[in-house]
Amino acid sequence: MSETANTAEQIPVTVLTGYLGSGKTTLLNRILSEDHGRKYAVIVNEFGEIGIDNDLIVESDEEIYEMNNGCVCCTVRGDLVRVVQGLTRRRGRFDAIVVETTGLADPVPVAQTFFMDEDVRAKTALDAVVALVDAKHLPQRLKDSREAEDQIAFADVVLLNKTDLVTPEELAIVEATVRTINPHAVIHRTERAGVDLGKILGQRAFDLTRVLDNDPAFLEDVHHSHEDHVCGPDCDHDHHHHHHGHEHHHHDHGPAEIHDVTVKSISLRGGEIDPKKFFPWIQALTQEQGPNILRLKGIIAIADDPDRYVVQGVHMIIEGDHQRAWKPDEPRVSRLVFIGRDLDAETLEAGFAACAARAKAPA
Amino acid sequence: MPSIAAYDFGEFVETACFLKDQPAFALADGTLRLPAGGETVLALHEGGLLCATPDPFGKRLLTGGEDGRVVSVAADASFEEVASIGRKWVSAVAGGPQGAVGLASGRSAYVHRPKSELKEIRHERTVEGLAFAPKGLRLAIARYDGASLYFPATDAEPVSLEWKGAHLDVAFSPDGRFLVTTMQENALHGWRIDDGRHMKMTGYPSKVKDWSWSAKGKYLATSGAPAAILWPFSGKDGPMGKAPLELGTRGDTMVTAVACHPAEDMLAIGYQDGMILAVRFLDSKEALLRRGGGGPVQTMAWDEGGRLLAFGAETGEAGVIDIAG
Repeated sequence: MSETANTAEQIPVTVLTGYLGSGKTTLLNRILSEDHGRKYAVIVNEFGEIGIDNDLIVESDEEIYEMNNGCVCCTVRGDLVRVVQGLTRRRGRFDAIVVETTGLADPVPVAQTFFMDEDVRAKTALDAVVALVDAKHLPQRLKDSREAEDQIAFADVVLLNKTDLVTPEELAIVEATVRTINPHAVIHRTERAGVDLGKILGQRAFDLTRVLDNDPAFLEDVHHSHEDHVCGPDCDHDHHHHHHGHEHHHHDHGPAEIHDVTVKSISLRGGEIDPKKFFPWIQALTQEQGPNILRLKGIIAIADDPDRYVVQGVHMIIEGDHQRAWKPDEPRVSRLVFIGRDLDAETLEAGFAACAARAKAPA
Repeated sequence: MPSIAAYDFGEFVETACFLKDQPAFALADGTLRLPAGGETVLALHEGGLLCATPDPFGKRLLTGGEDGRVVSVAADASFEEVASIGRKWVSAVAGGPQGAVGLASGRSAYVHRPKSELKEIRHERTVEGLAFAPKGLRLAIARYDGASLYFPATDAEPVSLEWKGAHLDVAFSPDGRFLVTTMQENALHGWRIDDGRHMKMTGYPSKVKDWSWSAKGKYLATSGAPAAILWPFSGKDGPMGKAPLELGTRGDTMVTAVACHPAEDMLAIGYQDGMILAVRFLDSKEALLRRGGGGPVQTMAWDEGGRLLAFGAETGEAGVIDIAG
């Protein structure tokens, strides 16, 4: 586990995912043309789609590079390594980078590039993964492809676009589907990608100091605990609101019509954690189950530590750092969220419970 | 004690070199700076310069830019466009025999030969790096899962050299017997061209981003470790089964640039913290050429006589060191 600090010299990078027709080009055109006082370099698949002439638009062929060891978790986007290195040599030329991915792109190698490649990592910091979703066609996309689901599962921000093309009932179902796949993303409903750009750019979603700060499900978790969460006998948080906000529950009782969701989210909680148990556990877990873990985030209350410890990960890559001091009135609760496939909730819960600072029986 | 003429260009120095006996610095902003005798600035590329490589076959510098152009700068500092491929970035250039120029952009390599049309060689994967063999018009490209060798004057099928992983840059040994690549992982890979025998060169803590052949091709010096790592290439098996030389080891920083002296068994080593040492192969004796600077040394080059060393850093700091003082 490596500790990281974002410095002012690291250029923020926003990754834009979404199927063909979801509105990426419309959004990119807005980013390039609106007067927001910032200069963006945009890496696209094809110049053709963007109707704006700008020397900071770079065309790049998607190039997936697996390492010699064949590990999916070490896979990076070779074209991004090259283009980002080229762009970042010139200081002050632009403020941030937006990477557009093809509709069928796997978002994970894109994100991993910003952690795995030492040069890219030194010069840039992944800001957020933003997924555009076509509200009208999402149900069909989920039947067609795993990529559409991966893009949502992996996102920090989801733009539920083209809401004018569906009925309010359809929209509610689509939004619930998105929530089922990813309870932790911030969702914005939009028409023609019309969202305040300040809500998708500069999110610092991968910044350890802000892990889970903007997470709707996590914020709710503080008040709405789940019966299946692991609570020690001395766990004193509020147990009285089990029946609120269940659309973010991980038991997949999502919209009945859509059975094409294979990703699930598992939220764990506990009390104070023994670092001698937790770190070996999370390291081994991410080594063994890394390929199944799309994202993980957590806030850990380490026993006898005045600071909150935060972790986040992508596949096998995991990083952690001390975030800030626990506030006097803040319950020292540890929370850990996994989004992925073929994850066994019971095993994860038992493993996390075993990291408790004092000997406690799992709930 | 060596003396330094120091410059600050305020822009990333991609490549330092000598045009005839004049130091020249190709900057990421697309200009070439010739600081001797009052600075001359040549505007080579609009947008920015992405690569610049001295042509080992002719006394010129080849550059590629964001404007899709390749420019050749002659020894007298006159320059001309060699090729233009439109709006795509030119990410690598290489000089070849009889005025040939190779360039890479996306999944294509192109070969320019005087008095013939630009030839495009398409590939399934991105062409990351290219180099011409020392003899005959033979082009090597580095790509995902290996390297390919072409005879661009013919339509013959390329020879494929396979090794799993992403290969980023490529070089022939000066005697033409070996082909070596740098990789996305912290390693080099090599092949004996005659029989395709593999050479694994690993153990680096960091990516190898600079390399330099020593006089007569005896060693290949590389960056990517706290010491310069020099692989012996004089035997018939190349570096196989032999330990590399480790020169200029420092505990607290990394080697970022290397330049072997054109005649002596000695090299200049540039570090992450801006320091530059000259180190002799025979006895590892070190001489301090530059104490340090504001950023990593990105590029170094000796003049033909081996007395002057030009260097440039990521921060725009640059200079010419006269080792005779």
